Amino acid sequence: MKILVPVKRVVDYNIKVLVKSDGTGVETAGLKMSMNPFDEIAVEEAIRLREKGVATEVIAVSIGVQQAQDTLRTAMAMGADRSILVLSDESPEPLAVAKVLKALVEREKPDLVFLGKQAIDDDMNATGQMLAGLLGWGQGTFASKVEIADGRAEVSREIDGGTETVSLALPAIITADLRLNEPRYASLPNIMKAKKKPLETIQAADLGVDMTRRLTTVSVAEPATRKAGITVGSVAELVGKLRNEAKVI
Amino acid sequence: MSVLLLAELSQGHLATDAVSKALSAALPLGDVHILIASDDGQDAAAEAASLQGVSKVILAQHDSLAHGLAEPIAALIFSLAGSYQHIIAPSTAFSKNILPRVAALLDVMVLSDIIAVHDVDTFDRPIFAGNAIQTVISSDLVKVLTVRTTAFKAVEKGGKASIEMIVGVPDPELSSWLEDIEVVSERPDLISAKIVVSGGRGMGSKENFDAIIQLADKMGAAVGASRAAVDLGYAPNDWQVGQTGKVVAPDLYLAVGISGAIQHLAGMKDSKIIVAINKDEDAPIFKVADYALVGDLFSVVPELTEKMGTEFSI
Repeated sequence: MKILVPVKRVVDYNIKVLVKSDGTGVETAGLKMSMNPFDEIAVEEAIRLREKGVATEVIAVSIGVQQAQDTLRTAMAMGADRSILVLSDESPEPLAVAKVLKALVEREKPDLVFLGKQAIDDDMNATGQMLAGLLGWGQGTFASKVEIADGRAEVSREIDGGTETVSLALPAIITADLRLNEPRYASLPNIMKAKKKPLETIQAADLGVDMTRRLTTVSVAEPATRKAGITVGSVAELVGKLRNEAKVI
Repeated sequence: MSVLLLAELSQGHLATDAVSKALSAALPLGDVHILIASDDGQDAAAEAASLQGVSKVILAQHDSLAHGLAEPIAALIFSLAGSYQHIIAPSTAFSKNILPRVAALLDVMVLSDIIAVHDVDTFDRPIFAGNAIQTVISSDLVKVLTVRTTAFKAVEKGGKASIEMIVGVPDPELSSWLEDIEVVSERPDLISAKIVVSGGRGMGSKENFDAIIQLADKMGAAVGASRAAVDLGYAPNDWQVGQTGKVVAPDLYLAVGISGAIQHLAGMKDSKIIVAINKDEDAPIFKVADYALVGDLFSVVPELTEKMGTEFSI
């Protein structure tokens, strides 16, 4: 069985981004970029399925600028067998990404597409569901446990009141939640080996996908800042302030 | 044109708080029709019909709709979509699973987690873990939106909408439900609670985390947790507050032993009053706190619990 794992290059999760002074976006130039943390979890799960003999090949895919090949090398250093970079502008919308992925699914014919549940830059949480909709496949989103058997995927999902388990006919789409696994670090020998693994580059236009944005960003602003707080010296003082000043208890 | 609002059910009843907050985001956009999709949605439909401002409740009842699976509900919404300019839902695990699928079926984008409505096609939403607010215009004919409920006020009851049944629900049969493992709680719901008491890594152990629960119970508060506390097994997953957990905005948020990583702040920094209790005076949580108390959690929390007990009643 073949697994396709889309990965996204995003501003590293430890960095607090700043809004550009002209309000056109956030400043990303010169910032450390990394693989979206949820995508690392998706890559890890796909590799574990190959190690268990469930999967035979893991293909990493990224859509974006040329530098996204670094993200694909990381996926291959973790264990992905090969990768595909689809060149497009900086940050295509989830709908366009889902259409590109659909085109790749039709070419590569995977049995499973494993995505992260959301990217930490646009916080959309949509691409996996959109791809499932476009393909007419079942979806197991926010997965915290996955088992593959008898042509079906059994997926435990993180929902608001606890956990839910669903069974999906394969092929299917699964999106990874934080609790699915602990992604491995790529070892130095594996980083070296990853440089020799195949990385194919194609243009989004060659896949016949219309990448036109549907949403136009009018402006990007800083969230409202909070006024400076005060430090209290004791529990009694804290309780007094909450009761008499803030009036919240 | 009209708005279709996908309602969420909880044990056969309407998730009234979430639905009525999404409703107040939807009302400026047009006539609102609430969709109840369930195997047994009579009670929820009646509850939805009593919300002020609702024009109509649409009740779809079918066995395939029993567990909120994305595939049949998305197909159902797609079959109704022709009459609507907006399709909207409160932003919960339930609707985040379904609405992007609906959007793709309609060949439109989805707008996740909107926090403000400017006009029929202009909305605000947070990006980069809430560190920036983006104003976007949608050029799509149908706008598919999920609403961050903490940014809107619930509408009152007192409506008398009609209920319309629909039959012939499509079932794509792509998935089936196996089981639910619910975390049973007598405490207030985390997202709608007025007071939230949250514990982090600083609590040190699952046993020590009980002090947070006792404090919360004394205050009639919901219990939250940082990702670290959840990963360490101190608290169940669905207590997690943050970018990838729940987003809360209570009147009072008490952060105990939480350092205040970007991802945690994303889930609580719109709270009215934030109290941080931490032994590390350089912890980033103090930058957003209205009241900061630097001290040892293991003496502060019991003392606070005791004081709440004597001077405060629920």
